[in-house]
Order: sequence, then C-alpha cells, then structure tokens
Amino acid sequence: MDFNDSPEEAAYRDKARAWLAENAAAHRAKFGELKPNTPEHMAAAKDWQATKAAGGYACITWPAAIGGGGGTPIQSVIFGQEEGKAGLGYGYFTIGLGMCVPTVMAFADSDTKKRFVSPAVKGEEIWCQLFSEPAGGSDVAALRTRAVKDGDEWVINGQKVWTTGAHYCDYGILLTRTDPDVPKHKGLTMFWIDMRDAAVECRPIHQMSGGREFNEVYFTDLRVKDSQRLGEVGDGWKVALVTLMNERLAVGGSSGPNYREILKLAQELSGPTGPALKNDAFREKLADWYVQSEGLKFTRFRTMTALSRGQTPGPESSIGKIIAANQMQELANTAVEMEDQYGILIDPDTAPAEAAFQQSLMWAPGLRIAGGTDEILKNIIAERVLGLPGDVRVDKDVAFKDMPTGR
Amino acid sequence: MDFDYSDDQKFLKDEARKFLAAHCDVGVVRGVLDNPERSFDEKLWKGVAEQGWLGACIPEEFNGLGLGRVELCAIAEELGRAVAPIPFASTVYVLAEAILAHGSEAQKSAILPRIAAGELIGCLATSEGPGVIGPATLTSKVEGGKLSGIKIPVTDGDVADTALVLASEGGRPGLFLVDLKGAGVTRETLKSLDPTRGVARIVFDGAAAERVGEAGAGFDLVQSILDRAAVLLAFEQLGGADRCLEMAKEYAMGRYAFGRVIAGYQAIKHKLADMYVKNEVARSNAYYGAWALNDAGADLPIAASAARIAASDAFWFASKENIQVHGGMGFTWDVDCHLYYRRSRQLSLVAGAPKVWKERLVSQLEQKNAA
Repeated sequence: MDFNDSPEEAAYRDKARAWLAENAAAHRAKFGELKPNTPEHMAAAKDWQATKAAGGYACITWPAAIGGGGGTPIQSVIFGQEEGKAGLGYGYFTIGLGMCVPTVMAFADSDTKKRFVSPAVKGEEIWCQLFSEPAGGSDVAALRTRAVKDGDEWVINGQKVWTTGAHYCDYGILLTRTDPDVPKHKGLTMFWIDMRDAAVECRPIHQMSGGREFNEVYFTDLRVKDSQRLGEVGDGWKVALVTLMNERLAVGGSSGPNYREILKLAQELSGPTGPALKNDAFREKLADWYVQSEGLKFTRFRTMTALSRGQTPGPESSIGKIIAANQMQELANTAVEMEDQYGILIDPDTAPAEAAFQQSLMWAPGLRIAGGTDEILKNIIAERVLGLPGDVRVDKDVAFKDMPTGR
Repeated sequence: MDFDYSDDQKFLKDEARKFLAAHCDVGVVRGVLDNPERSFDEKLWKGVAEQGWLGACIPEEFNGLGLGRVELCAIAEELGRAVAPIPFASTVYVLAEAILAHGSEAQKSAILPRIAAGELIGCLATSEGPGVIGPATLTSKVEGGKLSGIKIPVTDGDVADTALVLASEGGRPGLFLVDLKGAGVTRETLKSLDPTRGVARIVFDGAAAERVGEAGAGFDLVQSILDRAAVLLAFEQLGGADRCLEMAKEYAMGRYAFGRVIAGYQAIKHKLADMYVKNEVARSNAYYGAWALNDAGADLPIAASAARIAASDAFWFASKENIQVHGGMGFTWDVDCHLYYRRSRQLSLVAGAPKVWKERLVSQLEQKNAA
C-alpha cells in the first residue's frame, strides 16, 4: 500500500501541473474573484472549459476525435486533483458532460452527435437533465409530462421540477410519457430539446435555504422533431438508466464546514462547564466525524486504486452521499447549538465562520434528497451491492393511466 | 495510488481463509465456548504456528517469515472472520510487536524465536480494576527486580507463558517482562463475556521482572504497543463485521414472513445497507492504519485511533443487528450470532474502549491543529 503515483501517473501529473501553471494563472488574472451564478462567472467558466478543451484536459476519458483528451480514468482523477489545488473547477458543466451528453452519445444519430458533442466539451453549450416531476421524484418512472405524436413531430405538455441550471442551459434531455396505456416503465420516451424554445418556461424554485439554484420547467405545446428522439419510442426508461448511472458520481461531493472548522470553532467558544472543546460529548462526536470524513477520503483512494490498476471500481463509492449529507446536517447543528443563543444568527457579518454552519444547516436537508434520497440510496446498496430482492411493486402490471395517484 | 492489498497479499488472505475454513470451523470455536476448562484451541494454535503466522512479521534472523505488516493485517482479517479461539492477538500483535519495537537484543533473541515456533504465548497486564488505568491508580510495584501486585483482567493471562506487566519502580511507571511459569505467580481463569478467549486474574508476589524499554516510560510504552495492536485488532473486527453482514444477508434471503423473504422488506434492506456503509468506512480507515503501521509513519497514533474507532463501531453494529435480523433464532445458544456479539465486545474492550480512543484521536488532532 502506498499513496504515491506510479511512474506513468507521476509523469502525467507533472505534465498537468506544468500546463496548469501556464494557464491557470492567466485565467485567474483575466477573471479575478467573480461571484458565482452571475453572467461574468459563467463567461469565465466557459472560457476555462474552452482552454481545457484546447489543451486536451476537458473530458479526459473521451476520445480525442470527439474533442476529449483520449486519456484514462486515473488521469481524469489526477487532473481533477490538480485543478482543484489550482483553485479552479466550475460546476456548470458537471451534469451536462457527466450525464446528458453521454446519453446523447449513446443514443443519437451521427449528425446529432457531431452537432452537439464538441461544443459541449468546449463549454460553448450547457446541458440540463429534465427527469424529476412533482409526481415523480424517487419514483421517476411515474412522471406525467406527455408527448403526443403529430406527423413527424411530437407535442409536449407538462412540468419538470428541481432542474439544476435550467435557466442558463442551452439544451436538455427530457423524459416524457408517450403511452399511458402500458405499465409506467414501458410508456416512456426520451428526447433532446432546445431550452430557448418559447414553449419552454423556467421558474426558479425558492428553496427553504433561501437560494434559487433549481427550477421548475413548464412545457406548453412544445414541438420537437422525431429526429430529436433518443432511443426507441417506449424505451425511455432504458435510456434514462444510462443517464442515471452517472448521477451518484456527479452529486457525490459535499462542500461546507467539516471537522476542522468545528474544531476551530470549539477552541474559541465556552460551553456550560468550560471550553467547548473540552466537553467529552463533543469530543466523541468530533472523533466520529473525523473517522467518517477520513473513511470517505480513503474510500475514494480505493476507487482510484482500482482505476490505477485498470480495474472497474467496486461499489464502495455508493456510501459517499449518505455519509456526507447526514454528517453535514449533524455537524452544522452541533456547531449552531455550541454557539448557544448566538447560533440563531445567520448574517455572515455577525455569525461565527461567516455563518457557514447556519448555511450548511439550511442546505443539508436538500443534500439528503438530491440525486437520490438517503432511503433510495440504501435501497440501491441493498439491491445492487448486496443483491437483496427489489421492493414489491404493486404498479408493475398496471397501465399508467390506471395507477392510483391519491388525487 | 495503490491503496489496497496487492495480488500477493490477496493470495495470502485467500490461503488464510481456506486454512481457517478447514481448521477453525464453528465446531472448533464452540469446543472452547462450551468447555469452561478450555481457554483456547491447542490444535489450531499449533496449526497456525506451522503456517508461519505467529512469526509473520518476525525477521528471519529470529526464525520468522519477515513479512510486512500489511500481510499480518490480511491474516488478522481472516482470524476475526473465523472468531478464532486462540491467543494470537496477545502473542503476536502485543508481545512480538512490543519486543520488536522496544526490546533489547537479548530480549529479542530470547522471545521472538519461541513465539515464531509456537512455544510461547504472551499477554499484556495493565488493568487492576474497573475504569481506565492511569498513574494515579497503578499499584503494582517492582522492587529489586521483584514484582508484586494484582492484575485483573488479563486477556489470555491464564494460558500465557510470558506477560508484559505495567508496574511502578521507584515511583515511576515501567513495563516489565515476567515469566508466568516462574515463582511468585498465581493465576485463575475468570468468567468472560467471550469464553472463546481466556481471561485471568494474576497475583504477583515477588515474581522476577525484567524491564523493557526506558525506566519511567511505562505508559508511553503501553500506548505505543496499543497503537500498533489497535490497527491489527481493527482488521479482526472488520473480518467479524463482514461475516455478520453475510450471515444477516444469508438468513434474510431464506426466511419467509408475511408471504415473502424478509430480505425484501425495506426495514431489513436499510439495516443491511447501514451495516455495509459502516463496514466500508471501517475498511478504509483500517487500510490507512495498515499503511501507517507498515511504514511506521508519524501518523500512526491518529491512523490507529481512527481504525479502531471505525472498526469497533462497525463490528458492534453488525453483530447486534445480525441478531435482530435473525429474530428469536438469533437469541439462541445454537445459532452462531452470539459468537460475534461476544467477540465484538472482547475486541472493543481488550485494548482500551472506543471512548478512550476517541479521546486519544481528538487530543492528537488538537496537537496537530496547534502545530
């Protein structure tokens, strides 16, 4: 066991570092400190993505012929680490390049691929994923957005929800119901759509955290060509599984304060019987968080090891979001309670650590749900990792239109 | 990045599993459990010695195999999985590792070859009563090379040949080697939560004692020994926790209730998923501990603490929830769940309870943070 790169990996890392040394500073000089979710920030992100694409560092594992880097998974991990150390890396492209464009690549005709893949790699166009609906969250296949065939076109009506980045995206992949007379999984069809079409309306969702990072998306008589279909009519679920295969990897990471920050806070605050850091109950919790955080870090190292050896990683990475999201919530709440009466304050100018713990507390419930709830992720571990039976599905043989809906 | 067993280490681990499947089935474990006169399985002990495991990390000059610590971790994982009823941890993780790290050349020559040959069983005698032992509560004394005092409980102390004993000499804590077959030693086997491992009360009354390491360094030496043992014990705990998850799964897949296998109910599925999550956190922390142990990294105290905390938590959770999944059957003597429940307690208590290690971890983090 060791943490060092193999000679080939070390050579790649050196090359990546040299490239970053040359390009990252120039990029930062151009854009400085921009506030996320502004047009300027987006422009910076697109500029950086184009720079990476030109250098062969965008979509590293994709073939060079379609704009990728022609590299290996471990090289992609190494570049990601170095890019992070250089303080760069924008989130705008994660869903598009991680989930949507691979779906297009797997199911679209060659003209469509030619039209879309390269611009996406270069950051010129951004994609979103339109699956979740008010009536189809954990049970995505219960979605109701209708697509009806009309000559060589489809007419789409309905609503999606929790669509990340819908308001700034150029294109999206959209899962629709094309046949309500068959059981729910069998009547779905996937399309790609133009998000700028006038029949598409995005409305930001006001989250409990106060932010507006996600959207509701409404379709009113949206007309798409049959050539925009991805996969066969009725095969939408199969297509969606290809997309979702990558979702847990895309949503896995978490930001926000961790054990280091709460240790620092505890050093500065008083508890009921002396310094907060000297409280036994707190120290036990702190130890548990450290063990969980390090456990996740070293689990990622195990995944990297498999990639480095040219093997398929095991299922161990599936534990990531369950642990990270729950720890975020518990840690934030412990910090807020440690601040005692002061903990109620969320103004960054007033609250300790610029209110990072309060913000984390209000964001954590979302992280426990996004990209698969705790409960769905446990089902996935139970069924796909441990091989336990699937749940009893009472709607399996029922036509979609006859399914009980409670309303 | 190479953060997993190598192919050679995996081969060794597979071979260990095969050997234990053949020589340490549950009948062997129950042979010790059900007989109050027996504290370990002598035949298995001999077999393990023949495999070379007792001297796995003992250098070849002392008749060992001279393997790395990661190899020993692989063996430990399999021993934990099999709930092996032998004084392996006391002899190998504690005594052999302690002498290798802190013993004089004479002590190495006297002890290590005998351990490798299966001729010497070791034990660590620190506790004198309930609660954590510290300088204020340590009463055992060495005067003129003679040890007097009472140590209770001493894991494997009823079958051991040699003990490492924490005692004060001239008012300063030290660590001493004592021949338990010599004069001035009386001992009795005590009843334990885990009867598959021996535990004793040892009375020293003028027993010959030879110091290991520096005078006055007793507690530091014990901590250093426990840091090393904690990593190896974590692998035993991990092996046990993995086996509990397998047992729970096997049972849930075959048990019908309300017209279908109980493995299909979310209450059971989520319980097993929780076990899996804890086991993987434990595995990743244990691997880091193995690396720190093998490379003698400065991070060993932190890595060992994290490995022990995660593994203790995983094995406790898996062993208790395994019984729950088995329902009433799990509460019977005849079903094997309680062997793991018992062993999870033995392994969590033998080298300092998790609470002690959590404190050690946090005090280390404080120091690191201040530095």
